[in-house]
Amino acid sequence: MHFGPHLLLAALEGLVTSAVLALTALGLSLVFGVMRVVNVAHGEFFMLGAVLAWAITTAIGGHPALGFLAALVIAPLIVGTIALIAEQLVLRRLNYNPEATIVATIGMLYIIQQLALTFYGPEARPVEPPFSYRILLPWFGYSGYKLSVIAASALLLIATWLVLTRTKIGLIMRATQYDSETAQAFGIPVDRVYGGVFALGAMLAAVAAVLIVPISQAHYLMGQDPLLLSFIVVIIGGLGSLRGTVVAAVLIGLSDGIISMFFSPTLAKIIATLLVAMVLVFRPQGLFGTVSR
Amino acid sequence: MSEASPAKAYALHLGVIALLFLLSFLLPDYYHGLLARIMVLAVFAMGYNILFGYVGLLSLGHAMFFGAGLYGAGLAVIQLGWSVPAAMLSGIACGAVLALVIALLALRTTGVAFMIVTMMFAQVFYLLVLYFAAWTGGDQGMVVPQPARVLTFGATALDLTNPTVRYMTALALFSLMLLITLAIVRSRYGRVLVAIRENEERTKMLGYDTFSNKLAAVVVSGTICAASGAAYALLFGYVGSSFASVQYSILPLLWVLLGGAATTLGPLIGTLFMYYVIDITSGYTSAYLLIVGIALILLVLFFPKGILGSIRQRWLGWLP
Repeated sequence: MHFGPHLLLAALEGLVTSAVLALTALGLSLVFGVMRVVNVAHGEFFMLGAVLAWAITTAIGGHPALGFLAALVIAPLIVGTIALIAEQLVLRRLNYNPEATIVATIGMLYIIQQLALTFYGPEARPVEPPFSYRILLPWFGYSGYKLSVIAASALLLIATWLVLTRTKIGLIMRATQYDSETAQAFGIPVDRVYGGVFALGAMLAAVAAVLIVPISQAHYLMGQDPLLLSFIVVIIGGLGSLRGTVVAAVLIGLSDGIISMFFSPTLAKIIATLLVAMVLVFRPQGLFGTVSR
Repeated sequence: MSEASPAKAYALHLGVIALLFLLSFLLPDYYHGLLARIMVLAVFAMGYNILFGYVGLLSLGHAMFFGAGLYGAGLAVIQLGWSVPAAMLSGIACGAVLALVIALLALRTTGVAFMIVTMMFAQVFYLLVLYFAAWTGGDQGMVVPQPARVLTFGATALDLTNPTVRYMTALALFSLMLLITLAIVRSRYGRVLVAIRENEERTKMLGYDTFSNKLAAVVVSGTICAASGAAYALLFGYVGSSFASVQYSILPLLWVLLGGAATTLGPLIGTLFMYYVIDITSGYTSAYLLIVGIALILLVLFFPKGILGSIRQRWLGWLP
């Protein structure tokens, strides 16, 4: 294959990564933006989504599309419920103190990971894609499912953006983000908003995982890379900024896809992590974010 | 921390050291080896405690300092053929230099950003270890061969693989670091650190340079952790990348939280307690990470002060 088609393939693969990453990172960004909570267990909600997708498709059987659609609806709901319970039982009692919540979410990370290992096992298991149509390009065939992942993710991102900017729920969330005390004084049930946002963040991660699981298999350790990449995206994009998050996800996904096709993936990760740490040190508001109050 | 009790405090610490010395002759083989390991790891926790407990800076990347000591000593012995004392110094020096560089960068941030930045630098360190697998052995790690782990003083040779020698070396390192920590905590400098933790703005207003004090604290903390890592490589003979992974940044946090942050003996109690809990429960389940997770959540929810912290608050106000 020549350099051009090779680059195109790398870019397509990068876009698939970007699509999933944008959804996952958006969840992390919402939780941080509204609640000021750094959710270290976010990657585990992602993993839980993938593992549940495998369990649901296996239980339903029949045509792969049927099980996949069921998983796309049920898995995020289960993950959201788990997140809601965790928020009520632990984070709320800690009064969202930043350090205590980090330690507590680290605890959740270990608990979820270990339970997945115990009940799901150490194997990586595949989920069949809902359809296996291949789009033939002049140089190579490309999986139609991968392209549909990009489309689905774009739709979900637009939907989230519409909810945040055009609906009353979005207004309430933004009011809580801007100043939770004043919001409370105006009768906004801040506690319930926090619970809802935490669940929504987890659900976004779970949806992303269900979308990606037919491409990469479900495994109990699969939450680690998305967690780190989401952190990177959220930091580069500016904490709590939706537009920045999406732009950064595309940037990181594409460069990750292209760099790891031509160089060693470990080296790509080292460079990316180091660059992001430097961004955080020298430009803490992110590349696109505004200065926080 | 009342003023009237330096004698009491020193007596308690010397008592603990004497007790550990006596235990060397009383414990059965298995626990003897385990306790030696715990003492070395408690030094790691003590280093972490300086920064987390006294300055109030929560780092999620201390595995890189432990790792710097571990690889600084391990590579010196294996690849360069250095002697044990030279390797130990090389490990400590690596940790100190790394801590200085990291501190200069990471201390520009505060709060949540500090935690994430330290975590990312530690991740870079971990990935570098994997990337240079040709020298570091990657995730397989390396074994320090037995002949390289002999300490020679003129005619006498001390074999660090011998259980008694190993225990006593671990105890010597632990005692030294415990007394250093105690001295730091009781000094003027230690009080400035606590003042920074309680109210950094006010400390600054009183004329203290908080940045250089924090810088020194990160370097001291990182150096102590590196000493622990270097000792681990030389005493237990295994140098592996898992010691530089995120998990080894979380464990010292857990040990310190459990034993009691900002108490000099808390790190030892926390490490000891956690090891025995895992040891006992491993008879029933292999899921020890589950216990770590539950312990973390229960601690922040119900015992944010840890074991010794609670005891100090209830009964023994003079505990350092």
